[in-house]
Amino acid sequence: MNVSLQREKQDDAGEATAVADACFARFIDVQKSYDGVELVVKGFNLDVRRGEFVTLLGPSGSGKTTCLMMMAGFETPTHGQILLQGEPIDDLPPHKRGIGMVFQNYALFPHMSVAENLAFPLQVRHLPKEEIKRQVARALAMVRLDDFGDRRPAQLSGGQQQRVALARALVFEPELVLMDEPLGALDKNLREEMQYEIKRIHAELGVTMIYVTHDQTEALTMSDRIAVFNDGVVQQLASPETLYEAPENAFVANFIGENNRLHGEVIESIGDRCEVRLDSGETVAARPVAAGGIGARTTLSLRPERVGIVGEGDEAAFDNRFQAEVREVIYLGDHLRTRLEVCGNDEFIIKTPNAKGFPSLRPGQTVEVGWSSRDCRALDA
Amino acid sequence: MSESSAIPLTTADGIPLKTSLRRAVRRSRIRAFLLVSPLLLFLVVAFVMPIADMLWRSVDNPEVSTQLSRTAAALEGWDGESLPGEEVFAALAEDLRVGQEARNLGLLSSRLNYEKSGMRSTINRTARGLRTLDPPYKEALIAANTTWGERDTWQILQRETSPWTLSYYLAAVDRQLSPAGDIVKVPAHLEIHVSLFWRTLWMSLVITALTLLLGYPIAFLLASLPLRYSNLLLILVLLPFWTSLLVRTTTWIAILQSQGILNDLMVALGVIADDARWQMIHNKTGTIVAMTHILLPFMILPLYSVMKTISPSYMRAARSLGGRPFLCFRRVYFPLTLPGIAAGGILVFILSIGYYITPALVGGQSGRFITNTIAYHMQTSLNWGLAAAIASILLFVVVVCYLVFNRLIGVDKVKLG
Repeated sequence: MNVSLQREKQDDAGEATAVADACFARFIDVQKSYDGVELVVKGFNLDVRRGEFVTLLGPSGSGKTTCLMMMAGFETPTHGQILLQGEPIDDLPPHKRGIGMVFQNYALFPHMSVAENLAFPLQVRHLPKEEIKRQVARALAMVRLDDFGDRRPAQLSGGQQQRVALARALVFEPELVLMDEPLGALDKNLREEMQYEIKRIHAELGVTMIYVTHDQTEALTMSDRIAVFNDGVVQQLASPETLYEAPENAFVANFIGENNRLHGEVIESIGDRCEVRLDSGETVAARPVAAGGIGARTTLSLRPERVGIVGEGDEAAFDNRFQAEVREVIYLGDHLRTRLEVCGNDEFIIKTPNAKGFPSLRPGQTVEVGWSSRDCRALDA
Repeated sequence: MSESSAIPLTTADGIPLKTSLRRAVRRSRIRAFLLVSPLLLFLVVAFVMPIADMLWRSVDNPEVSTQLSRTAAALEGWDGESLPGEEVFAALAEDLRVGQEARNLGLLSSRLNYEKSGMRSTINRTARGLRTLDPPYKEALIAANTTWGERDTWQILQRETSPWTLSYYLAAVDRQLSPAGDIVKVPAHLEIHVSLFWRTLWMSLVITALTLLLGYPIAFLLASLPLRYSNLLLILVLLPFWTSLLVRTTTWIAILQSQGILNDLMVALGVIADDARWQMIHNKTGTIVAMTHILLPFMILPLYSVMKTISPSYMRAARSLGGRPFLCFRRVYFPLTLPGIAAGGILVFILSIGYYITPALVGGQSGRFITNTIAYHMQTSLNWGLAAAIASILLFVVVVCYLVFNRLIGVDKVKLG
């Protein structure tokens, strides 16, 4: 009911639609404190486009779930405003927001069958009986559980319960669906399967989703955009590719993907190139991203797959070359993970494909490694 | 599969696996049994045996068959139509003479008095006057006491020669056997037990409903508060257990009596006139108020333990799916608390239909329970057979309640604390 009302409003608006689409759901300077002493969320801003899949990613306690709960209406912002389709929803109780939600432990009603669980949101909207039956059947078909309507949630496996929770959050056709670590309780294989499932449903229905997780792989696989949370602040909001390729600070670089870190001081900075003197004495050429001026402390961030061994043929682009000693080689099938000591850092990781033409390394061996200054990002200390 | 069922499995040294397993667990079984044996022994002595004794007493009928054994033997051939012959009267005279000499006719006369009022004095007087009687006894006994000339007297005597009787159970439900052997109601002015049973049942239901009404919000609060507050609240809930039951009950007398705190307060506030004070104690109100207070923790604890396990995300999910708060409560939260309601309900109900001390102290005449009647027959009227029969019926009601509960809810779903 609520949803259809919102839809009519949308149609009436006409030319405003484009604006509403760009800012389908908005957080404006949202702050949240539980105890009046500490801020859990410190000034959160986010615009979600219609049909977008946005992930709030961060370690536990970073405030991402709190943001989701404020959107759902279970927590009140201490400051700031939350808009849905341009309308402030601060005074709207949760049941009038028309937002679908998938909970961490699914929260399927244990005393109702699967079909009754799915019928619940339709019954409270006073839909006719036949319509409810039809919609429930359609939702079950969508998550491929057609024959499970009569079962109790306790009789389903974790993955099946997850699908039912998803179907229940979608069956009343909300335009926004919130998911709070929905795959956290599943094992690895099932989690990957469900990631694709959720992605498929998102593409099929065109529904807007805000997804909370602490699993970076999950975030990278599924999202259109990711907001990386730490300490109540969004560290970077960007597409998965940008986050991985061009992290804006040391936390993001570290949190997303694997990352080699070298610490030092900026000694020269011209345009998009700077020279950094490491604590161990060597000088490295890098691309300044979030480093300060000359004399500022900086952390160099370097993806393991962007480091090469000199002698493999692509060293032409390497304007940084250093001697390294092999400490450990881990065999991972399609590639090898090698731990080296480079410039005083003995946690330096490189990845080499397990293919013809690549030299096999042994612990204790000394090699020359190199990388391009464009791949080496100078970030905040 | 077929192989393993055909050939019994053995351990490596050839002993059958089952024998070996039995041997391996025997020691721990014996130890477990020894650990529970003191309690088991105590339960047998203090619980099982008294109950068996009670059930036996409720149907036991030894008086006529042992003390009037000759009469009983002589009555065997009697047709029950006309008065019995001289040999029966002679046997009765002999039985009574022996009984009088041994001075143990009291129980017999009481027992026969339950069946036919006036029998106590008939037997006692006849026994005392036996010395002056001469054969033929038929005429002499009837001349001494006309009761012996009534056919009813002999029908009852013949009936009660049986070592078992149902008359205590019949009396417990306000029925009796007519001399002809039909079950009939007792006279209206003697009907007391059935109405007391019903009163006990409906007052217990009212008390159960009140404890649920008062306990449900408290249990909800307990389950939803942060741990440090809920612990304090839980202690407050349990506090009454640390006070004597007697103290708690008599406190209600101090509060509710007509010169008590509540009435004084109401008069002082001008709510009621001084000469129209409320009568709240020594009646049904007193019993219901005091017992609701005393039994409240037994409702709160099972409710709390169930509510504690209900994740708040169920209510959140229901709200996010579009349910108004009350609807979410009715469709989601309330059904999930049903095991707690059932557990608390059955506990309070069973406790209250067997409650004795509180109704006895604050119930007056109209707030008495069936248990007070049992005590009366135990201590005052000394009709233990009737007391045992009423208590057995009460036990039967409790067992039925339990079975219905087990069928509907399942005892294994109940968690207390």
